[in-house]
Amino acid sequence: MSEQNRLGVFKTYKLYVGGKFPRSESGRVYEVTDSKGAWLANVPQSSRKDARDAVVAARKAFGGWSGATAYNRGQVLYRVAEMLEGRKEQFAREVAASEGLSKSKAAAVVDAAIDRWVWYAGWTDKIGQISGGANPVAGPFFNLSTPEPTGVVAVLAPQKSSLLGLVSVIAPVIATGNTAVVIASADAPLPALSLGEVLATSDVPGGVVNILSGATAELAAPLAAHQDVNAIDLTGAGAELAKELEIAAADNLKRVLRPLPAEADGPDPSTDWLAAPGTHRLTAFLETKTVWHPTGALGASGSSY
Amino acid sequence: MPTTAPAFSDATASDSALRRFLFGLPGVDAVGLEARAASLGTRSIKTTAKAYAIDLAISMIDLTTLEGADTPGKVRALAAKAVHPDPTDRTTPRTAAVCVYPDMVATATAALAGSGVKVASVATAFPAGRAALDVKLADVRDAVAAGADEIDMVIDRGAFLSGRFMKVYEEILAVKAECGTARLKVIFETGELATYDNIRRASWLGMLAGADFIKTSTGKVATNATPANTLLMLEAVRDFRAQTGVQIGVKPAGGIRTTKDAVKFLVLVNETAGEDWLDNHWFRFGASSLLNDLLMQRQKLSTGRYSGPDYVTVD
Repeated sequence: MSEQNRLGVFKTYKLYVGGKFPRSESGRVYEVTDSKGAWLANVPQSSRKDARDAVVAARKAFGGWSGATAYNRGQVLYRVAEMLEGRKEQFAREVAASEGLSKSKAAAVVDAAIDRWVWYAGWTDKIGQISGGANPVAGPFFNLSTPEPTGVVAVLAPQKSSLLGLVSVIAPVIATGNTAVVIASADAPLPALSLGEVLATSDVPGGVVNILSGATAELAAPLAAHQDVNAIDLTGAGAELAKELEIAAADNLKRVLRPLPAEADGPDPSTDWLAAPGTHRLTAFLETKTVWHPTGALGASGSSY
Repeated sequence: MPTTAPAFSDATASDSALRRFLFGLPGVDAVGLEARAASLGTRSIKTTAKAYAIDLAISMIDLTTLEGADTPGKVRALAAKAVHPDPTDRTTPRTAAVCVYPDMVATATAALAGSGVKVASVATAFPAGRAALDVKLADVRDAVAAGADEIDMVIDRGAFLSGRFMKVYEEILAVKAECGTARLKVIFETGELATYDNIRRASWLGMLAGADFIKTSTGKVATNATPANTLLMLEAVRDFRAQTGVQIGVKPAGGIRTTKDAVKFLVLVNETAGEDWLDNHWFRFGASSLLNDLLMQRQKLSTGRYSGPDYVTVD
């Protein structure tokens, strides 16, 4: 049969919650178009109850994921990169359509996204050394600080960079042992929903990453106020929404990562994500635990420790 | 001691009469029963109705701890939770009862004195029920003497499944006699009865023998309370009252963990037995983790934001 006569097989994009692929509890969908306005797909329009379910899934996964060894988490994240590598073409197609990039530019973005996973995978067993360590104290104590994951993190993914930006906000959150509820870019959610399929076939336990598509403000409000969410990354929120969400987040003392300042003045924000990421996204969702251990009288052994 | 309702005195006259009666009950349409239970589970209960349902469900809970590792401290903590389920909101209703093993009854009674929360005790060699009748009766006497307001007994499933209905009947009568003023809940362990027909027969057998409550399960086997088996038992108590005028309570137990599940059961009660049963004198939930979910939903309704497990007690 020739390619022209073949009936199109359209993909049903679904959410990724607790390792499963549900439709929205509300039954709603909305149309996603490419940069020129042509129809691409119908995707679920999540409701606040989907957000609530995602938090329950993330909370359930937190114990196992945060308790896994950093070495194991690194291997799992590297496995995600391997799986992405095998589906490059699909992602390049989705990124090109969503962001209006040329084929070659989209392929470069996908390569960068895969490299980003690998980069963060390497950090899992190293971040403890740069953000913790032995502290010199004026007393007979061995004083040790060690970073620990914050818990369930709500992540508002960047609105423009639908894959590289997305990866750049998810990977650091889970690399350190947190679990994430991610709100995908509202206008370009396809790469995010496909990333769910990649995560499901990697060794990432169900519930560690939960991906929702829909109106950012509608989903972010209940997450920011949710008493069982420990931190929120506001990268994908506009200035006004970010302010509202930060106020709601203060109620249970969530850790808040503010959005990048004034996008309009800088270069095209989608290119910002190509720059070296640094470690601030890793440390943003860590808490420091410090242990004081008595060592006996100072000087008795001839050493301060 | 209440005797068998006159309308059915013939049924319990002899072993063969009892068997004839129980096998004469109409067979259960399993597909229809499950479809009805499922369709009633799709009702949407929102806002003020939901708030009412949550408070009603809390007031119907038999807050239960039945573990080998139960300590007096754990029972006291559970009792405190039964009296003030949500210490941050004193408008939260109390639970109906605390349900413990017989040796913990005295601890629970002391902790709940004057609170209005009842003490229920499982007895009769719970959960298996595999002990001599004398031992079972001693178990019941012990719990009643320690101050239990309610006794949850298990039927002898071995006797029931092998067709010795009169033995089951007489055992319930004997236990009822030991209860005195305590109300008797009869547990059928529906997960072990294999068929819906058996659940219907067990329900009638329990009611004929003078149960104050019929209860689905112990919570210790794979299949516990389901909407379908609870619906079947609700039909039984409805029909029993229609024929004898005697009202009997129903208690699903085990496996009910979320507010959504609990509300589904309340819909079943209202649509099957009717409003008369929407009261903790006539309907109970045997549960432990359900209460926390109800409290989180209650907090959500009063504050508008989702609550989390950090804001309820860890049991």
